[in-house]
Formats: sequence, structure tokens, C-alpha cells
Amino acid sequence: MTRKLSRREAIVGAATALGAVAVAKATAQEGAAASAPQATVTVPTDPTKLQGLPTSALGARSPFVKPSRGPTGETVGSSLTPLQDLTGPITPSDLHFERHHAGIPVIDPAKHQLMIHGLVDRPLVLSVDELKRFPQVTRTYFIECSGNGRHAFRSPQPDLTAQRVAGMLSTSEWTGVPLATLFREAGAKPEASWFLAEGGDACLMTRSVPMPKAWDDALVVWAQNGEPLRPAQGYPLRLLLPGWEGNINVKWLRRLELGTRPWMTRWETAKYTDPMPDRTARRFSFENDAKSVITSPSYPAQLRARGWHPVQGLAWSGRGRITRVEVSTDNGRSWADAELMGPALPKAAVRFQHMLEWKGGEHVLLSRATDESGFTQPTRSALIAARGLGTDYHFNQIVGWKVARDGRVTFHGET
Amino acid sequence: MTRGTRMLPLLVAAAVACDEGASGEREPNTMAVAVAYAPPATYRAGHFGLGRAPSRAQLAAWDSDIGPEGLELPAGRGTARDGAAIYATQCAACHGVEGQGLHPVYPALIGRDPRGEDFAFSADATVPRTIGNYWSHATTLYDYIRRAMPLYTPGSLSADETYAVTAFLLAANRVIPDTTVLDAAALRAVQMPARDRFVPDDRSPTRH
Ligand code: HEC
Repeated sequence: MTRKLSRREAIVGAATALGAVAVAKATAQEGAAASAPQATVTVPTDPTKLQGLPTSALGARSPFVKPSRGPTGETVGSSLTPLQDLTGPITPSDLHFERHHAGIPVIDPAKHQLMIHGLVDRPLVLSVDELKRFPQVTRTYFIECSGNGRHAFRSPQPDLTAQRVAGMLSTSEWTGVPLATLFREAGAKPEASWFLAEGGDACLMTRSVPMPKAWDDALVVWAQNGEPLRPAQGYPLRLLLPGWEGNINVKWLRRLELGTRPWMTRWETAKYTDPMPDRTARRFSFENDAKSVITSPSYPAQLRARGWHPVQGLAWSGRGRITRVEVSTDNGRSWADAELMGPALPKAAVRFQHMLEWKGGEHVLLSRATDESGFTQPTRSALIAARGLGTDYHFNQIVGWKVARDGRVTFHGET
Repeated sequence: MTRGTRMLPLLVAAAVACDEGASGEREPNTMAVAVAYAPPATYRAGHFGLGRAPSRAQLAAWDSDIGPEGLELPAGRGTARDGAAIYATQCAACHGVEGQGLHPVYPALIGRDPRGEDFAFSADATVPRTIGNYWSHATTLYDYIRRAMPLYTPGSLSADETYAVTAFLLAANRVIPDTTVLDAAALRAVQMPARDRFVPDDRSPTRH
């Protein structure tokens, strides 16, 4: 070959020389923007007889792969990760769930600053470039909105997808600087017991955080899965409080103020509090408890072939490592230990697997996670007994899927 | 706040317990990874010498939070009557003329549903949670409106207007009389109906 083929020539050549099938538009996916233009790609009947496509500046997914978050178009709202379409523990950055209270701000990193003040000896303003000159760490952590699974908890209908059931969970490899290092640099005073974190979006999101979290594992991050944060995840800076409810991982972080008591912001009083049956509400309930969800098979899949099928899903805990995931194929009458597929890192999702030999019978598939602190996922009825159906956050009840004799899979939430 | 301060030892204990767990027995398929990032003792204030002190102007512009004691509340004042006019023109389009909200995006701002009077929210998710029956601090209302509302023009209300619309919402929720002239001192004195309803997180492996 002396001449490079342009992408267009390659496609046309393939189509005319070898006969081709156009890739049909993917079946409608939850939340796919109906108006998104679909590039037509032509597939040669024998790809071994034709030069392939050239290199390009940015990779794209195979035209056969079309995952999508949904719903789209929300500024005060969320979009959910399509858990059923993913493998492994890591969420591709462009599929990380979103939850915004005032949309996604467009921030010039050259102008962005982080202010650290209040009970410190040396109040500081740092540019993003300056932040990157501190010693860095890279760690894998999940982020889960504490409202994740509300729908499945309150009204567990059979037509819920894994995305609807638990799609406000994503896991990334984050890079940043330990907050402890920054607070040392600023000279945090010993009497500081709480700090306020503020974002630079149009609601100036604010949350109060107890200082022990800063001395433990909190980070200020600027990178996610090997590249700068996605704008929807806080570009250029995000507070990362491993294992704690999503909202407190303040995005577009611009200010940290050290003080001696919580600030009682709207997002820690009117929101993100858990009503309890004794007519109180828990406040500052930060950790997300041990939880798991089977993502495959899940509605609307249908098992067609009899024989072996991997039952897979994700398990995670805000209190440390997942130590055990059990799977039941008979609606909780018996449980078997599932295989953990890879290292169970603290406060990161781990994928689990259990092999099911399907002989055409009916099954209810359930998963149940336990973490190193001793928390085991409760049933939905146990959670309702403890907190009531009207409680509003931290839904970690056992959920699963019903497999009918015809192989149809539907959500099973009444555990 | 007293409740907040009281819960602190709990959190410290939780952090310590977590560390103990991390150094304890491992399942064969887990990997030892440090969780805490205790900085070396050599990192003292100014060790890296990065950044600079904030200017007074930047501090004044950014440090806008109002804590539960209301010490940072600005000068200014407003009445429910003034606030009603601001509400009608700047808030009602989204939150409803009666403050009833538009579910699920636009929250209700006004309402004392009798079912919510005894804080029975855990039993019934349909009871609207409002400023009058769920908010614990009046200072939060001022702070939140100032930072985030109106949705498309946040930060556009003056201190007087913010006091006025806060007074309107508190009066409409039957928290203060509608004759109150709300200023920093008056706002600090407001006692919210739900103020004593909030408790520290007491979850444990045997308590969900
Ligand atoms: C364009 C629509 C819009 C306008 C105009 C608007 N708001 Fe809002 N408001 C919202 C939305 C949306 C939320 C929910 C934000 C969230 O969930 O983070 C909200 C939330 C609030 C809340 C918090 C309610 C709660 O229970 O958490 C208060 C208080 C509030 N607004 C006050 C006001 C006031 C006062 C005005 C007028 C000065 C106003 N809003 C104007 C859309 C609007």
C-alpha cells in the first residue's frame, strides 16, 4: 500500500468490494437522546480481506456498543450509569452517574482557585497548578448517591432495570492530594473539629465534614481514570470522601473553611437526612453501608440457552472492604458464596460471580454483601422495619431478579 | 452546635475502628492497601511553600456562609409583606403561588400538612417536607436563598430582599408572626418547629 485510505474510502471500498451490512441503529436504550445523530458504519462481510480504519485523535466505542446514561437533560437532577452494560469494577468516565443541583459549570482551570481558611495558621489560596505540585496519590473508590435505589425501595416494580435500581453508583481511579497534606500545609489549628466544603457551581454547594475524615482518607482530586476529571464530576477539582454519600464529595471545589461545628447547610438538614420511625431524623449519616446488586442477568434480559450462565454483579461498602458476597438462586432459602472477581479494595466496588446452571426452571436470584466492619445487607422488610418506607436515603436492601420458565428476567425487590 | 459537637467522638471512634479493621485479618482475595494517609511529620505549615494568603477582597467575596448561630448575618431588614411581593414576582413561577411546589423538581416551600406536624415522615413519603415542618434552622434558609436562589439568578437579591423573602416564607409556614421585622437579631432568635427532631447517626452492624 503506497497510499493511505481515508476513512470514507475505506468504508466505501469495503461496501462495494465485499458486500456489506449497515449496522442497524441500536435498540432504544434508557435515556438515549432521541435526536443524537447516528453515524452510519458499514461492516464488511469478511474483515480479514480488507484494510481497516485509520488511526484517530480520540477513540470511539464500537458501533455495536451503545451504552447510555439516563435520563438526560437534567440540570437539577441526575443521570444513571448503565450498570447492566459494564464489566469489571471501573466505570468508564463518560458513563459515571451525574447528580447536579445547578447544572455543570464551565470552569477555566487557569482561573480556578482553592481557598483554605478559618481555623488555620496560614490561610491559603492555591491554583490548580500549585495543587498538582503536592505529593500525589492514586486510589480506586466508588461514589454512590445516598438516594440510589429509592425507587426500588419504595415501589419495586418488575420492569426496573439495573440502571434504575442502582445506577447512582460508579467507581473510578482517582488522583489527587490527601486533604491531610493540604491541612498540614495550611497549619490546621488543633481546635478545628469540622470543615465546610464549598463548590463553585451556581448553588455554591456546601457541606460540613468532621475533621477526622480529613486526617483519614479524604482527597482533593483532579483526575479520574487517567485523565482530568470530567466536567460532570467536578472539573477541575473535587473533594473525595471515600465511602461517604455522593453529595458530600463536593464538585468544582473552591473553598475549605475550618471551624468548630457543622454549618447546618440546606444539604445536611433539609436534604440528606434520614427520617426514622420514632419521629426523628438521622443527621450526618455519612457512610454508605454494604450493598450489592446483580447486574447480569437483569431486566429486560431473557435467558434463551439452557445450561451455564454467570450471575454477576457489583458489591461495595463505605465502611471498608467487601469480605463476602452470597448469592441465592431460590429466593433466599439457601445461599452460596460468590467468587469475588479481583481484589476487594476498601470503599471500592468489586465484581462478584456465581455460576447458575439453568435447566428451564423458575428462580429468584438475590445477592447479599458483607463488609469488614460486619455490616450485612438487610432485606427490604428489615430496612422498612428499622426506618420506615418513607425514609429517604441510604437504601441498601437486598434486591434481585426473577427468572421465569421462559427465561424472562424481571426485577424482584420485595425481599 | 451542641448536637454536632456531641457526635464527634463517635466519628473519631468510627475512624479508629476502621483502621483496626484494616490491619486485622484478611480474606485471601483482598490486597493490603493503606487507607489512611497520615502525612510525614516533616510536613508542617508552609513546608511546601505553595500558594499565597487570600486577599481581603477575595475572602469577603467568597466567605459568605452563615452558620447556625447567625453571627455572619449581614445588616439589613425586611418584612413578610415586602417578601410576599418578591415571592410573587421572583419565586412563585417555580415554587407555586401558594408555595405548594411542583413535584418532583420544584420543592414545596410552604405547608404545614397536619400529617407532618408530628414528624411522621418515615411512615409516609407523600407528606411534603417543608420549611415549616422539616427545617431545623432559620439561618439555613437565609444562607440557602442567598447562595442558590432564584435558580437562574442566584446571588441577585440584596440583603434586605433576602430578609424580606425569608420573613415571608417563615410567616407563611406559621413559624413567625407576619408582623415581624426580620433582621439579624430577629432571625437568630427564630426557633424552628423541627429543631429538636434531628439525631446523630446510630447505625451499627446490628442496627440499620
Ligand atoms: C426557575 C425556577 C426557580 C425559581 C424562580 C426559584 N426557585 Fe427556589 N428552587 C428551585 C429548584 C429547582 C429547587 C431545588 C434545588 C435542589 O434540589 O437542589 C429550589 C429550591 C429552593 C429552596 C429549598 C427547598 C427545600 O425544601 O430544600 C428554597 C428555600 C427556595 N428554592 C427558595 C426560593 C426563593 C425564595 C425564590 C425566589 C427568590 C426561588 N426559590 C426562586 C427553582 C426555583
